[in-house]
Amino acid sequence: MQHITTMVDTAACEMFRSNCPLPLRDYPHVVLSHGGGGRLSAELVEHVFLRAFGRPHAPLADSTPLSLPGRRIAVSTDSFVVRPLFFPGGSIGDLAVNGTVNDLAMSGAEPLYLTASFILEEGLLIEQLVRIADDMARAANEAGVSVVAGDTKVVERGHGDGCYITTTGIGALPADRNISIDQARPGDVVVVSGTIGDHAMAIMSVREGLAFESTIRSDTASLAKMVHALIEACPDLRILRDPTRGGLATTLNEIAVASQCGIELEEQAIPVDDVVRSACEFLGLDPLQAANEGKLVAVVPAEQATAALNALRANQLGRAAAVIGKVIQDEHKLVVAKTPFGANRIIPMPVGEQLPRIC
Amino acid sequence: MKYLDEFRDSEQAKSLLSAIRRLVTKRWSIMEVCGGQTHSLIRSGIDQLLPAEIEMIHGPGCPVCVTPLNVIDKGLELAARPEVIFCSFGDMLRVPGTREDLLRVKGAGGDVRIVYSPLDAVKLASQNPSREIVFLAIGFETTAPANAMAIKLAKQHSIRNFSALVSHVLVPPAMEAILTASGNRVQAFLAAGHVCSVMGYQQYHALATRFRVPIVVTGFEPLDLLEGIRRTVSQLEAGGAFVENAYERVVSEAGNLAAQKTIDEVFQVTDRSWRGIGNIPQSGWCLREAYADFDAEQKFNVTHVQTEESSKCRAGEVLRGIIKPNQCEAFGKTCTPRTPLGATMVSSEGACAAYYNYGRYGSV
Repeated sequence: MQHITTMVDTAACEMFRSNCPLPLRDYPHVVLSHGGGGRLSAELVEHVFLRAFGRPHAPLADSTPLSLPGRRIAVSTDSFVVRPLFFPGGSIGDLAVNGTVNDLAMSGAEPLYLTASFILEEGLLIEQLVRIADDMARAANEAGVSVVAGDTKVVERGHGDGCYITTTGIGALPADRNISIDQARPGDVVVVSGTIGDHAMAIMSVREGLAFESTIRSDTASLAKMVHALIEACPDLRILRDPTRGGLATTLNEIAVASQCGIELEEQAIPVDDVVRSACEFLGLDPLQAANEGKLVAVVPAEQATAALNALRANQLGRAAAVIGKVIQDEHKLVVAKTPFGANRIIPMPVGEQLPRIC
Repeated sequence: MKYLDEFRDSEQAKSLLSAIRRLVTKRWSIMEVCGGQTHSLIRSGIDQLLPAEIEMIHGPGCPVCVTPLNVIDKGLELAARPEVIFCSFGDMLRVPGTREDLLRVKGAGGDVRIVYSPLDAVKLASQNPSREIVFLAIGFETTAPANAMAIKLAKQHSIRNFSALVSHVLVPPAMEAILTASGNRVQAFLAAGHVCSVMGYQQYHALATRFRVPIVVTGFEPLDLLEGIRRTVSQLEAGGAFVENAYERVVSEAGNLAAQKTIDEVFQVTDRSWRGIGNIPQSGWCLREAYADFDAEQKFNVTHVQTEESSKCRAGEVLRGIIKPNQCEAFGKTCTPRTPLGATMVSSEGACAAYYNYGRYGSV
């Protein structure tokens, strides 16, 4: 195993040396001094982060002045600690941008700015950091946001997991927008923008000790543009959520509790990719509890359901959008799924991480 | 999904359900032995759709649930040792021991790792020669072949830093224990399909004859279960008491001979104490003398551990089919998957977890 890692290291360094800005060539790995605030820190900022995120018009300062279009803003912050750093369909860089952008979009805000804070572990390949920064830049570009401030700290080897990223996002919130988790009403319709569980299973498929061959890719994506179109098409949109950790089961239970209602699902209507479903079957996991990074759940008035579906399906990310159930009156605030056999089962709030079963 | 969707077809399920309805004239209590079958029944809601005359009693076939407390506690003690990498199947991690569980030991600094195959634990041992790798080898006949193979390979390759904490259990003696217990209500069994895929079903003929119970080898998908129930009810109504195989695509009468041979090489039959049920003679497997070097209990001398079950937990009665999970006073109140009193509340095959996870809180 050791020699394989070394081989990969060497190959990566060679590739990196050939296209890396001069000052970093002598440091194929992150060293403690990259977080020390001196020349090496400056070089890292210059040649990794400014190169990827763009240079501000004014000199680098302790803070960045920003202009905002209105009086209401939305703010969201999130930390990213995924392992492995690179996985089928994306990287921690994609997640760090899309995760925060999507959290802003879920309140109906238009995402504008991001800050990014990095905690790097001594020994991380600079080439990997460059890839992560490039992924972030691409994702930010796709979402239409600018990375306007950042920070880097380096921790000793063994004190981190390669790279942790915290991003904070600021978005503009129109004065009249009231999309909130407590807005569902009986009769409303629940829509999901595509197949669920893809991200969790993509990560599982490359986890140490479990790796299985599959075509599953993470769904990490910025939902901001699709949300924009959805709000246009569906002016009375009640709720938007992205079912990340805890999956659809968690999101729907949160909606039921906050809106004091029940949710009735058609189990068969919930889109799940065949390969994801198979992977969940053999690991003993429930796709309803599996994380997503590029899906949204919308609660809309019944009469706007078709418009909502059309708006979602017009976007590449929402092609498999489907109505999965409806909001009902229920003092117990339960999420219930109708099984294909005509029985009902309650979908509870998951307890914690799903643990694969014994047999 | 090929090989699964065919067995989840709702139209066929409806026709099997009506076939069962046509057959039933009396009340019958049928035990599904395996926890995987319990979860499938509850998840699909089949138990609600069956005619009222048929009561499904949930059996003890949840390997995590019946692993004795003293084995869990020994595992916890080993997992906390700095030299040990403790390997376990995922759903053991939340199973409560006397004071804590593996997740908490891990949080406190123990090196606890989830493995999917016991062979991964052997590989880990060869990659980490300075550490002691202990594998928690539990389960029914289903998991035994792979566990035996891992231990056999470790011996073949002289991987001395690998050992196993072995606590295997066997289904047929447990079925006998249920049938001979006072107050038994079980009139027929859906035998656990995957156990039979390894062991075959020859052993069941004697049970069926001696106790006059139908035993139908049954799979895990909704249609498998319905077909198993249909055949069972058909026998019950006709006064039959024999062994039938309703899981032919997986199970043969003789079972998997290669797997049986490997098991027999490494393990021998022993008395076993089942969590919540008690001692059942000749109901488990332990390591043969030839493999004593790979016995974690002996290697680390953890033979004396003080155990104490929660006094409020009625998992034993659940496992014996005496009560349903939601008839326990603690169910859903002091005992939840987050704060389990017994193993049946945490395992993916535990009956209490099935009731909790699929919302059978009693009134709903």
